[in-house]
Order: sequence, then structure tokens, then C-alpha cells
Amino acid sequence: MPGSDDRAIAVTGLGATSPLGGDVQTTWDALLAGSSGARPIGEIWTERYPTLPVTFACSLAQPASEKLTPQEIRRLDPSGQYALIASREAWAHAGAPEVEKERLGVCMASGIGGLHTVLNAYDTLNDKGARRMLPMTVPMLMPNGPAAAVGLDLGARAGVHTPVSACASGAEAIAQGADLIRRGLADVVVAGGTEGCIHPVTIGAFAAMQALSKWNDDITRASRPYDVERNGFVMGEGSGAVVLESMAHAKARGATIHAVLAGVGVTSDGYHISAPEPEGKGAARAMRAALADSDLAASDIVHLNAHATSTPVGDVAEAQAIRLALGEATDSVAVSATKSMTGHLLGAAGALESIFTVLAVRDGIAPPTTNLDSQDPKITLDVVNKDPRKLPDGERAAVNNAFGFGGHNVGLVFRSA
Amino acid sequence: MAHTQDEILAGLAELVAEETGIPAGDVQLEKSFTDDLDIDSLSMMTIVVNAQDKFDVEIPDEAVGGLKTVQDAVSYISNAETAKA
Repeated sequence: MPGSDDRAIAVTGLGATSPLGGDVQTTWDALLAGSSGARPIGEIWTERYPTLPVTFACSLAQPASEKLTPQEIRRLDPSGQYALIASREAWAHAGAPEVEKERLGVCMASGIGGLHTVLNAYDTLNDKGARRMLPMTVPMLMPNGPAAAVGLDLGARAGVHTPVSACASGAEAIAQGADLIRRGLADVVVAGGTEGCIHPVTIGAFAAMQALSKWNDDITRASRPYDVERNGFVMGEGSGAVVLESMAHAKARGATIHAVLAGVGVTSDGYHISAPEPEGKGAARAMRAALADSDLAASDIVHLNAHATSTPVGDVAEAQAIRLALGEATDSVAVSATKSMTGHLLGAAGALESIFTVLAVRDGIAPPTTNLDSQDPKITLDVVNKDPRKLPDGERAAVNNAFGFGGHNVGLVFRSA
Repeated sequence: MAHTQDEILAGLAELVAEETGIPAGDVQLEKSFTDDLDIDSLSMMTIVVNAQDKFDVEIPDEAVGGLKTVQDAVSYISNAETAKA
């Protein structure tokens, strides 16, 4: 398989906290077991807001307070807390690379930002007045807060960035991290996405768009991408982070390379603020661009982690986009829709699912798609259903898709190290 | 009801510990917030906001600069409580 060393990026560390587990291994094990991260949001909220049409979400499996100091919890919005947890795990997993701080960058995305901080500050303003508002409010609510927290934790000085492209944000951060390395601006980049905004406000707002599943009585079966009965996504929270390195840097220090980020593609639909372009043209261009960037052919792709949020329109548009991008090769691609288990982590989704794609390529196993009882006939993909599926031996390449409101499309191609 | 100086010190030490992780026992009257306890201005302002809430007093922005030591803060809060009473 081709792929020149100066374009390819080594993935040397993985970190996550998710609705399935407080770290990568726990999350991956639960994913392969087909577990669901769906949980009730709790009576405090459902009793206070009885009109809330959705009363569940995929909240974190392990509370952040078990991983951070009380001071870190106080001084970070949940989105910042999760990013710090995921980044620290990724950094340790990479063996805490020795790198000049001026050559170390951070790209940590968020789709929504510090929503809890904004709402808490608003409550304080109303209840106690402006002089009781906390001085950390602004650093906690700003969307670059999580990236800044990670950057400070590592002392990164090659630039700290926060792409914001709704549910494509986490994948876009990884694409941006690759760009930093390819442009020679950094040797090592911690890249990923974070989201911590499960709240009646976001649930009510997404429900107002008819974007959420309302299966309040059957919450673990509500997220069901590609199934004929799918009726919306399930909100999730958490963070995923990867350590990206130039091949030269990773090899020089003898790092374990879990997979190679071979190509990135970023496009926009120019079509509608929230609906995907129905034929999937923009998404197809992102996948094609990533393939072209990778020097791989569509026939090299054996697996695809789909964006597949479980919305009626979005899943079909992506399925068409995949066929548009990969052509006949589509039939030999094992497609997984892991949001069936994790829910939709919004700005963290593309990062967490990139981790799943890296592990699938590395370990030769595609995660299952749960709740797929009856596949929508409009979805003409080979979906990995119920149980994980072994991928072909030898070198493997896979695609991760992430799309966001605003018409953002990101395709990432990973291949074996 | 007004608090004693010891009660104010203990309450203040608790707020400092919560915000910074500095053990409450290290927060002693003669200590300087910046030079001894290494508290930055953002943390200091947070402690002030929380102290206002805890002791139900107002500490105006222009007064904060004068609170160099823990004793300064304890005295300020004590005087503010007395004035209010």
C-alpha cells in the first residue's frame, strides 16, 4: 500500500471518556459487546420541566470528578473537564513524548462550548446579582476553553486551536492537527473534540428541530441508525483525543504507531443550515478528497465508521454519499454506526469515532451496529450488525465520516501502521 | 450574626482550599495571598466573590487591592459585619 512518509501522520496515543467508559479500553470493550450508554436524565429535570419531550441521553459512564482534582472540576466547564481527561490519557498512552514545547500543538474542538457555565452564570445573575458572578466564568464558557486547558496542561506553544463546525468539529480538529504537522509548524499535536452540554435547554432545542429520538420508554433501543424505525439521535457527551506525530518524529523516538492518518478531506455543502445535501455530494467530496490526499484507492478501504446519527434523512444522505465516493468498492466495505451505542457526542463524535476507526484498523475488527432490527431498504450498505466483524488480514484502510449543521463535511482516512 | 475572627479565618481558609487546593491549615493570619500562598488575581477575585456570599458582606473592587494578607481580609470582613449590624 502506498503512502509517503512526509504526508502520512502517525497516531501514537488515544484517550477518551465516553458514555461507555472512562477510558479508551473500557469504551472499546463495551462497544464490541454492543452496550448502550443511554441513561435517564433524572427526576430533578423531568419534574422541573414536565414538557420536555425527551428524558434520556448518553451521559458519561464515569464521573469526571473521579479523574480530576476538586480544583480542576471547579475551574473547568464539563467540556473542559472531559477534554483534559481524554488528552491526559492520550498523552500517557503515547508515552509522554519528549518534544520541544515550541513544536507541540493542540487542536481541541467543541461544537457547543461551555453551556453549563453560561446557564449557571445566568442563574447567579438572576438569583444573587452581578457581584456574585465568578471571575472564571468567561474562561470556562469560551469555546476554546477546553483547548486552552489542554494546552496549559502540556505547556504547548506551537499553537492551540479550536475548530467549531458543529458535529464535524472533532474530526475537523484531527484534520487541522495533521495540517499543522504537514506544514512544518509542529512535530506533535494533541487533537480531538469534547462536548458536555446535556441539559434541558439543549435537549429541548434539538427536540424542537425534530432531531431527537423520543423513545423515552425504550432508551437503550432509541439510537438505531439505518433501522426502518429510526426517528432521531440520542444526545451524548464526552471527549476523544489522539496524539498525532510526524512520521519522522514518531520513528525517531521508537513510538508505537497504532495507525496512520493517511488523508484528510474537508468540504462544505453550501446548501442548507441543518439539512444535508440530499444526494450527499458534499459528503462524497470530503471522502474523495481524503482518499486523494492519502494516495489510497477506494478498493483499499475495508471499513467505514459512519456519521450515521439515526435521523431519517441524514442516514440516507450519507449512505448515498458513501456510494458516490467509493463506487463499486462500497460493497466490500464493512460499515459500522457506533452512535447506536454511544449516542451522538456532537463536537466530540468525530474524535471518538476516529479512535474507534484507529482501533478497527489496528486490531482488524469492526464494531457492531446495535438496534438494527430491520435495515432501511434505502440504505444499500454492508452494515456490521449485532456482532463485531473480523476485517481482512494484512494492511487495512478505513474511513471515518463526520458532518455538522452548517453543511460541514469531514472525511478522514486511516491505514495500518 | 457577626462571626468571631477565628470563625472568619476558618471560613476563609476553607474557601482558599476549595479554590486552590492549598491546605486550610496553611492559611494563617500573617500570610500574604500573593507572596506566601501564590494565589493569582483570578483566584483571589474568586475567593472574594465566594467570601461575600459566605459572610453576606460586600467587598467592593477598590477594597480588594488592600487585602494583602489573610489578616487584612479577616479584619475587612469582620468590620463589614460589624458595620452592617
